[in-house]
Amino acid sequence: MASDNIQIKVKRQDGPESKPYWQEFEVPFKPHSNIISCLQDIQRNPSTCKGERVNPVVWECNCLEEVCGACTMVINGRVRQACTALVHKLDHPITLEPMSKFPVVRDLHVDRTRMFRNLKKVKAWIHVDGTHDIGEGPILPDEERAKRYVLSECMTCGCCLEACPQFSKDNNFLGAATFAQVRLFNAHPTGKFDQEQRLDAVMGEGGIADCGNAQVCVEVCPKHIPLTESIADVGRQTTLQILKNLFFK
Amino acid sequence: MDKRARKFVVIGGGLAGLACTMKLCEAKAEVVLVSYQAVKRSHSVCAQGGINAAINAKGEGDSPDIHFYDTVKGGDFLANQPLVRDMCFQAPAIIHLMDRLGVAFNRSPEGHLEFRRFGGTLYSRTAFAGATTGQQLLYALDEQVRRYEHDGQVTKLEWHEYLEAVIDHEGVCRGAVLHDLRTGEIFTVGGDAVVLATGGPSQVYGRSTGSTVCTGAAATSAYLQGAKYANGEFIQIHPTAIPGHDKLRLMSESARGEGGRIWVPKKAGDTRSPRDIPEGERYYFLEENHPLFGNLVPRDVASREIYDVVFNKKMGVTGEPMVYLDLTHHSKEYLDDRLGGIIDIYEKFTGDDPRRVPMKIFPAVHYSMGGLWTDFKDDGHGLIDHQSPRNQMTSITGLYAAGEADFQYHGANRLGANSLLSCIYTGLMMGPGLIQYAKNQDKVFENVPHQVFEDAADKWKDRIKQIKSMRGKENPYGLHRELGDVMMEHVLIVRENAKLEKALLLIDDIEIRFRDIHCLDTTHWANPTPSFINQLHSMIHLSKIITVGALLRNEFRGAHYKPEFDLEQPHDFDPHEYVDYLEQKHYGEIPEGAFPEDHLAYMKRFEANNENWLKTTIAHYGEGKPHISYEPVDTSLVPPRPRKYE
Ligand SMILES: Cc1cc2nc3c(=O)[nH]c(=O)nc-3n(C[C@H](O)[C@H](O)[C@H](O)COP(=O)(O)OP(=O)(O)OC[C@H]3O[C@@H](n4cnc5c(N)ncnc54)[C@H](O)[C@@H]3O)c2cc1C
Ligand code: SF4
Ligand code: SF4
Repeated sequence: MASDNIQIKVKRQDGPESKPYWQEFEVPFKPHSNIISCLQDIQRNPSTCKGERVNPVVWECNCLEEVCGACTMVINGRVRQACTALVHKLDHPITLEPMSKFPVVRDLHVDRTRMFRNLKKVKAWIHVDGTHDIGEGPILPDEERAKRYVLSECMTCGCCLEACPQFSKDNNFLGAATFAQVRLFNAHPTGKFDQEQRLDAVMGEGGIADCGNAQVCVEVCPKHIPLTESIADVGRQTTLQILKNLFFK
Repeated sequence: MDKRARKFVVIGGGLAGLACTMKLCEAKAEVVLVSYQAVKRSHSVCAQGGINAAINAKGEGDSPDIHFYDTVKGGDFLANQPLVRDMCFQAPAIIHLMDRLGVAFNRSPEGHLEFRRFGGTLYSRTAFAGATTGQQLLYALDEQVRRYEHDGQVTKLEWHEYLEAVIDHEGVCRGAVLHDLRTGEIFTVGGDAVVLATGGPSQVYGRSTGSTVCTGAAATSAYLQGAKYANGEFIQIHPTAIPGHDKLRLMSESARGEGGRIWVPKKAGDTRSPRDIPEGERYYFLEENHPLFGNLVPRDVASREIYDVVFNKKMGVTGEPMVYLDLTHHSKEYLDDRLGGIIDIYEKFTGDDPRRVPMKIFPAVHYSMGGLWTDFKDDGHGLIDHQSPRNQMTSITGLYAAGEADFQYHGANRLGANSLLSCIYTGLMMGPGLIQYAKNQDKVFENVPHQVFEDAADKWKDRIKQIKSMRGKENPYGLHRELGDVMMEHVLIVRENAKLEKALLLIDDIEIRFRDIHCLDTTHWANPTPSFINQLHSMIHLSKIITVGALLRNEFRGAHYKPEFDLEQPHDFDPHEYVDYLEQKHYGEIPEGAFPEDHLAYMKRFEANNENWLKTTIAHYGEGKPHISYEPVDTSLVPPRPRKYE
């Protein structure tokens, strides 16, 4: 770093219907700092490089350890979490933009309700008899548990959808994250019981057949969820389901 | 009237709020679930290590009663015992339930649940799902609540902030004042009861292991409305966190549970790379000072030992406030499998690989044992009467608290992996009592005069308007950092009255400067600044509760370490002596020579200190500050005795 300051360009937008505009900020360089601490510095001194007092930048964050999924944004053209974007590893000046596949609420904060709605569509839960004490859960080999575990780390961050050429604001494509959740629940001994309903949901409009197999989703997933493998697996499950529907219904 | 569904307002969608919502829905109630952000992003996702239940899966002779004993002992006997015992007895069923809900808990070779050891116990009692147990538990509950949302029983109000309880003329809570964080609208919702499951207050310390929304503002708002706040001064410091500018990220206790060793070079200021320092030149101070528990001493003990090594012995790594936490003696495969998630965290945020070099860590604020005072009713047999509407009710009728927001269960210090348990436990346990409360009430909120709700909303419309008109010089975010720095410097691991008094002056100063705040953003859409300013106001009050409580409590108990009042336990003292001492006292005089003289003197000091201080601190709000009083602790099941972790 030549100077002790870093330049950050932020794409701002006052509301869902407003026009975006760019502003440039300068914050002190600190070793090992991340984009979150830069945004916090801007909060503490919300002036642009031109010395203009502006409203602090609005973004979403919570855990700051890449498990809550809140702080996803596009940093230097790449979708990722702001908390793990270490300043000394980024090219400068740094650009920050909101994700483009979700409606902007304000500045870098977007509305990802659609992802949660999709989880409802595919019934991403296990239907239990009740919460009362009826003893142990199913006995499972640890390998099977481990396969589900990697899928269950999905934090609904939206990176995979931002990167996906098939997913857009004006279609209903369910997207890679949702397909992986279908696989997760279908792989559970009790979750399996609702497998058909889940597969029906992914066979409908915006379902798995619309996936163009571009495989970019898996490259951007911060949790290394095996997305393409999951899509293939759920694809096979739907094929079987179609055959079953043909012959037995 | 009986046809009407029971309606509840649950604030917070962490483990406690979601567990409670699920339980209420199962009882056919309707729930409005309110959260700052999508509930799936709640702070509970941060918990890495695990959740305790004495299932005795490894045949070590563990039992819920031993779990209970470890918990009250770990908490230095400041916890109300029937509640703790009930929690420990429910724990196995809770783990099995979470397993049935699909949590990917690690399994044993036979396919049962796998358990590991955590601090403060000698048993393998901690179930875990990889290195993201909190995330996995939260998701399982989130999924169940999503199912009820899909079925229409739950209305989620995410991106909404709880401002205050609606309290009618009889002093009964009838609903909540909410703030839509997008539109800026302020409105009320009514409910048969309101549950605050709003988590901990670690943001009072600026940087901590907590998430950014953990401001404690909701609980403090209840305190400002007259609810009792209890044991505020008991703040747990986690011994092992990774220093950072925006956050002090936790290095889970499971790193120690899986054999992580804490050390510093024997030569102060040694500049060699840790791998070049031979075994003989390393000071494994926890192992040396605590041969039985070793690196797994409870958190308060570990934090103090690290503080001592760094500040008193000046042996911090390269002279800085840091010590090594070393895992490099394990194979890469073993570490990836057992600790993958937390190792990734360290690597991601520092660039160093803990599989090859020891991690550098230092203690950080982690958990608040204190919180809103809540009630309970025991069943007369050392457990809880689950049908009682008193369970988890704050001192405001109809306002309940659960999870980290309440003060029960952990006494003066929480044991690792007991919080996820207490959060889920409270959420589930309080369900039947809430339903009873709704059934018993003589008036439903729909019959409370409208004016009560309108007045409550108007008060907050004015308040936010007033905040938006603040045009002073102070930056609210900067002022928050300063508050945090004051608390970190004066009210952290080692507490001294002179420093605490100074902290109070500094907080007063911050409170005065608060009036001179500049509301940086006055727009109407999705504007977080006014609500942050309001939260800062709460944090200032909360910092006073913590500091005044700490100042007045002239003893050393659990996480509250005041060296001036250390009772100086003799090194060769055995806690069993105290049991004998009590017994002999019970039967009359203590025979001469029954105990070494210094032991006897210590036991007398211990007893006298408990008379003075074994009590719950209660903070009551009045005229801008906390008024402190004390309440007895229910120690009916295990008599308090000295703690010792050899
Ligand atoms: C890094 C870390 C690791 C941990 N590891 C462990 C562990 O291994 N084992 C263990 O037992 N414990 C652990 N803990 C402790 C444990 O995670 C927490 O105590 C627990 O998750 C708290 O859960 P909760 O339900 O009370 O609240 P939270 O999960 O904090 O949820 C609070 C909820 O309230 C909402 N909220 C708060 N205020 C408002 C408001 N004013 N308006 C609207 N909504 C509001 C938030 O949006 C959120 O939904 C750990 C804690 C940390 C920080
Ligand atoms: S494979 Fe391609 S089309 Fe399919 S979900 Fe991934 S990115 Fe989208
Ligand atoms: S699959 Fe990966 S990228 Fe997609 S939402 Fe989940 S965690 Fe994010």
